[in-house]
Amino acid sequence: MNSVIFRSSTQVLLPFMLTVSVVVLFRGHNEPGGGFVGGLLAASGFALHAMAFGYRSAQDTLRIDPRVLIGVGLFIAAGSGIPSLLVGEAYLQGLWITLEPYGFPEPLKVGTPLAFDVGVYLLVLGAAFLMVCTLEEYRHDADDGS
Amino acid sequence: MLMMAVSVGLLFATGAYMLMRRSLVKLVVGLVLLGQAANLLIYVASRPLRGRPPLVEPGASLPPDPHSDPLASALVLTAIVISFGIASYTIVLIKRAYEDVGTADLKEFTTTDC
Amino acid sequence: MLVTLPILVPLLACAACLALWGRVRAQQVVAVATAALMVVVGVTLLHAVLTQGIQAAALGGWAAPYGVALVADPLGAVMVLLTAIVGLAVAVFSIGGTTEARWANGHAALMLAMLGAISGAFVSGDLFNIYVWFELMLLSSFVLLTLGGERAQLEGAIKYVTLNLLSSMVFLAGVGLVYASTGTLNLADLAIRLDAMDDAQRATALGAPLLVAFAIKAAAFPLYFWLPASYHTPPPVVSALFAGLLTKVGVYTLIRVTTLVFDQERALLADAVLLTAGLTMVSGVLGAMSQNDIRRILSFHIVSQIGYMLMGLGIALHAMPPGDPAVLPETAVLALSGAVFYIIHHIVVKTNLFLIAGAIQAERGTGDLERLGGMARTHPVLAGLFLFSALSLAGIPILSGFWAKVILVRAGLEEGTYLIVGVSLAVSLLTLFSMMKIWTRAFWGEPAEPRATPSAGAWARLVPIWFLASITLAIALGAPWVYEFATSAAQAALLPDAYIETVLPGPEVGVQPATPETGGRP
Repeated sequence: MNSVIFRSSTQVLLPFMLTVSVVVLFRGHNEPGGGFVGGLLAASGFALHAMAFGYRSAQDTLRIDPRVLIGVGLFIAAGSGIPSLLVGEAYLQGLWITLEPYGFPEPLKVGTPLAFDVGVYLLVLGAAFLMVCTLEEYRHDADDGS
Repeated sequence: MLMMAVSVGLLFATGAYMLMRRSLVKLVVGLVLLGQAANLLIYVASRPLRGRPPLVEPGASLPPDPHSDPLASALVLTAIVISFGIASYTIVLIKRAYEDVGTADLKEFTTTDC
Repeated sequence: MLVTLPILVPLLACAACLALWGRVRAQQVVAVATAALMVVVGVTLLHAVLTQGIQAAALGGWAAPYGVALVADPLGAVMVLLTAIVGLAVAVFSIGGTTEARWANGHAALMLAMLGAISGAFVSGDLFNIYVWFELMLLSSFVLLTLGGERAQLEGAIKYVTLNLLSSMVFLAGVGLVYASTGTLNLADLAIRLDAMDDAQRATALGAPLLVAFAIKAAAFPLYFWLPASYHTPPPVVSALFAGLLTKVGVYTLIRVTTLVFDQERALLADAVLLTAGLTMVSGVLGAMSQNDIRRILSFHIVSQIGYMLMGLGIALHAMPPGDPAVLPETAVLALSGAVFYIIHHIVVKTNLFLIAGAIQAERGTGDLERLGGMARTHPVLAGLFLFSALSLAGIPILSGFWAKVILVRAGLEEGTYLIVGVSLAVSLLTLFSMMKIWTRAFWGEPAEPRATPSAGAWARLVPIWFLASITLAIALGAPWVYEFATSAAQAALLPDAYIETVLPGPEVGVQPATPETGGRP
């Protein structure tokens, strides 16, 4: 798409959308949000970039192959259930520890559901971006052919 | 509730009708509509209550009665995620098929018929 | 713990294969190693089920009937083991039977995801969960089917995708109706609540959409067209994987829900299942006779053999008295054990026949009977393995298919359902006929065309064929033990008290599960 307004606003929007997606990811356990929504937000940021600058440029901005992202995400998500198996609980049961990092206003709770969400985030980002790339790729191929 | 029940029926009817058309695109639209119909059906089936979300107040361990059934929403969410994946796959598939066969008319898709 | 492994192992390996994107050799190692590990897990699970009773687990610590329950009874456990065996054979065969480009495009990850989803469907104790595994299985099978993107593949895939998605939607709508009427989706809980509802007609009506959906997945008459339209289009190794496992998931769920959940009006269901079984057998075998391509013939035979499995289920339902009997009628156990025996035999033999078709195609470059010939002279080992598997499939005495059919026919005669017995015997003859057609035209005669240069990796194609053939031989020689096991699996399925007891242990039923603080995702 050859529009200066679209291109320059995409450059502002992409970092903004990525930041929001991470915020949504981390507030997700007790409030609306979570890995799936966060991943979709991030993926739509990259989809926007792909529309403005082409999917190859978006791929270069993402740097990692989306299929590797899916793999790593699936690995983290599926693997987040294993620690609870090791301590004798059911698979995927949540385990929590409370951290009190210096200078933080309140104690920080970290647990396996967080790892699950991060995994889902990466998986959804990879899958949705891969889909956009696949569709874009065919469109460009068809354009070349005509 | 009645509105929702009627829309489930309408969605099923439209989806089934679209499936029976000859166009590839309408086929996908039909599949997506059928999926939405089934999702809405599950949601209506749980008898949702207006303005009674199943949220637990601070300090309590159960949401105040009466509350909507949270399980149905979880099921529908899962089903939506799945249909998202399936719909994106089908769209890529019909695009490829259209490019390869050169038509969106299902009557031309006869190579694999027996 | 043990029940989660058949799902967890392949899914983690699938993730590993995706993370190793582009490294074909590493992915091949991961795929074969995982499949081997799955066989070990399958054997361990089956052993645990047979020695310690039914295994169950609740994911995330949310107790049944609220959480996701995984259950493995003898039937489920043996299906998991067979999935792993097929997976191992197919993974090894893939090394010599598919192109490097296919591996580079994610063949290993998709195969493992599909194996994980199939195992998931076999151990799932919850209707919605079965739906989720079905969809994951379908999605990976869709991509496996269309990788490569030739015209026939895409056309076949459109038919396959449409009918399978339609059945998924019917399934999902059925799930919605069941949830509306009972407020639960856990199979064991459903069994209790539907019996307590005391309205047999309503329960059967609730089951109808689900049974239709499973019948489509099982490729039963009349909605089986998707199978012969698509199974011959992908590379042979993918057909082998599909042929061995996909339809059997449908048959397994049919057996599961008709014996456990919707058992209120067995007589009605029995008639429907028997009618479907007969028509499925006949239409499948007639379709096969008109075909001239090895894989197309074999595809139609899958349809026809689904009929035999349904025949066992139908006779079993026919023989069961209404209500929950204290003592099982022997005929019912015999019939269902025949179906279980048939499934065990069929998965191994059918996968092997498709692999042999793949080996022929790799040697000669075609599966068309008009252009084959003289394989017996040029490839005597392959010819021998084909003859053995084909005769097993047709049910020649003392081979594995023979025992399965003998049990089914005997149950049918005891129950007095002579029509279906007659049909099954006639179809059996026709099966033998079309196996002999492949034999005479592909293996006998003069080589129709000069040998094309066979692609590399012949050992990787022959080893899995030998492996599956030896399992077939083991089933034939160890028939008494397989029969004994099938009987216990059939008893456990027909008298599901132990199943329900394991999933919903006694007085805890109805206790509120853990608070959100300790649980997983809200």
